[in-house]
Amino acid sequence: MPSIDPSSSSNLKQQVSRSKIYQLKNCRLVRDGKIVKDDFWFRDGQILNPEPVFFTEKARADVTVDCQDALICPGFIDIQLNGGYGYDFSSDPEHLEEGVAKVSKGILSTGVTSFCPTVVTSSPELYHQVLPRLKPRPGGPEGAGILGVHLEGPFISMEKKGAHQPEFIRNSLQSVQDLSDVYGALDNVTMVTIAPELPGALDAIAHLANKWVTVSLGHSNGNLEDGEAAMNKGATFITHLFNAMLPFHHRDPGLVGLLTSRKVPHPVHYGIIADGIHTHPAALRIAHRTHPEGLVLVTDAMAAMGLSEGEHQIGQMKVNVSGQCARLVGSDTLAGSIVTMDYCVRQFIKDAGVSLVEAIEAATKHPALAIGHSHCKGSLNYGADADFLLLRDQGDSISILHTFIAGVCVYSAPTAPHLEYVHHHHTDKK
Amino acid sequence: MRESKLLEKGPDNTMRLVILDDGERVSEWAARYMIKRINDFKPGPNKYFVMGLPTGSTPLGTYKKLVQYHKLGKISFKYVKTFNMDEYVGIPRDHNQSYHTFMWENLFKHIDIDPNNVHLLNGNATNLDQECQEYERKIKEAGGIELFVGGIGPDGHIAFNEPGSSLVSRTRVKTLNQETITANARFFGDDVTLVPKQALTVGVGTVMDAREVLVLITGSHKAYALHMAIEEGINHMYTVSALQQHTRSIIVCDESATMELKVKTVKYFKDLWSVHSKLIEDPMMKDF
Repeated sequence: MPSIDPSSSSNLKQQVSRSKIYQLKNCRLVRDGKIVKDDFWFRDGQILNPEPVFFTEKARADVTVDCQDALICPGFIDIQLNGGYGYDFSSDPEHLEEGVAKVSKGILSTGVTSFCPTVVTSSPELYHQVLPRLKPRPGGPEGAGILGVHLEGPFISMEKKGAHQPEFIRNSLQSVQDLSDVYGALDNVTMVTIAPELPGALDAIAHLANKWVTVSLGHSNGNLEDGEAAMNKGATFITHLFNAMLPFHHRDPGLVGLLTSRKVPHPVHYGIIADGIHTHPAALRIAHRTHPEGLVLVTDAMAAMGLSEGEHQIGQMKVNVSGQCARLVGSDTLAGSIVTMDYCVRQFIKDAGVSLVEAIEAATKHPALAIGHSHCKGSLNYGADADFLLLRDQGDSISILHTFIAGVCVYSAPTAPHLEYVHHHHTDKK
Repeated sequence: MRESKLLEKGPDNTMRLVILDDGERVSEWAARYMIKRINDFKPGPNKYFVMGLPTGSTPLGTYKKLVQYHKLGKISFKYVKTFNMDEYVGIPRDHNQSYHTFMWENLFKHIDIDPNNVHLLNGNATNLDQECQEYERKIKEAGGIELFVGGIGPDGHIAFNEPGSSLVSRTRVKTLNQETITANARFFGDDVTLVPKQALTVGVGTVMDAREVLVLITGSHKAYALHMAIEEGINHMYTVSALQQHTRSIIVCDESATMELKVKTVKYFKDLWSVHSKLIEDPMMKDF
């Protein structure tokens, strides 16, 4: 029987009080839905409430940093990222670790401090091979943290397969056993995208939701009733709204109708690719104005994200990167999104006319809520992980100056002003 | 004759009334005066400047100025000890209406004061009487209060020494009067039941023990209290009037707070201004 050793917890406390207290000064914070002028404190990789430190611990900051009026916001969370920098998480398992390392490091410059590597429809062999190696792990200088895998497919609609490989799509489930047969262990899985209209899908949804997996509806030919039934079984999310689902129709609103449905027992979140290409600005505005609290920015970026302009060979695909588009060479077909999260935030502001704070929340607070990590991610609340960004904000646009994970600076933009750490030695006692 | 005497003796043995144009100037003047007093004192590791501090809307502007001057490098609180006047009983320390929160948000978090030198009454102490006695002891241990800064309520109360408080009272638990509770409801979601009914407060005697007292009074709603404070006798229904017996006190007020004073009184103190301004002459005070 496990017991709590009181001496060990007090030891821990002592250790904590010996840790350095950091105070970022001369900054503005995105906190509780607004921008406030305040200092930002952290210790041991967690955001610190300075008031009890002052009154109870009687301690002061050991290190102060002048932020030169930077805006501080939580680190971005991307819950749908297929790869980047030439690597794809769903193919090429030989280079999986290499790819994860490259991507998680690379996205630090885009403000992403944690993400869900996304595996698209694949063979059972690939899931069994890849999933055990995509363990959740904290972020750090080596890269953004992993909050668990997002499995997009293979239990999806053939009609709405998008770029998924048809030979691996499963159009029904005999029982929930199919989930473990196909995926193997679900330990590293945070999110599953499934089409609710498939035979057996509702039981699978209930099963997954019971295991605290965020169930998302997508790549679906289902109508609103299918969506509502799934939501009542524990689904909470809609994968890249508008994409790979029935279009909104006034007599059959489809999954889009879940945004305003009265038959859903809990708040619905939905992913949106705000790259200005995959979602028309008008559609983005419709979604936002209908249900702003549920909007989650996702990049859904593929392997060509982060590559330079021009032609690249990615697995079997030859793609041409130009601006924010990657097209199959020799055609007009989009190969997938190559957008970065900082771009999505800027584009969301531009296209939907939302405030900076609203846009940031759609990349921080909302995804954290959607996957049940809001206690430690996606906010600057006291006690949350000190994953944050220093931004330069001009008008309604932002650029990333520094990315911090667990209180450690893990990325600085080349043009960012140097942050000077001033160490204090409080020796004098009364 | 009187002028030269005052100049010789410094500001002792007198109650001064400084009348300024508006609240903004009161804040500025008070902040500069506090800074001058601290700096003239030349505090150091073995010589702390001990201050009594108030909360409320009147000192808010003064704290803002203090923070500004601190950021400009004009004042350090490294060798300053503070004792706050009062705190509610039974609301969490970090409640947004607690005086801990007020002091933290408006002063302490912005300055270089050592948290070990900051003292506030603990309204959640298990033994409140003991907490109060301990507070008096700590003040004594710090060498007494050099400068006590305060504000007053419209009924002339200083700290939570409500009308009828003993003028020799010490730090203690005080039950708030109904008027104060009703007035405070606006800070507690307009729900009078949420307003604390008790507070810990330094006594009138505790304030009177300070070597100097500086009281800020602004606004016409405090005009009658100012009148009672200086133009009538010492009266426990207007506890601030006890200052008439203090050897070194300054009341800084704005024009609106003088509305209930006799013209003669106002004139008298305004004439004295030339003297008073010399007494506190300092490059920082020159603008006044």
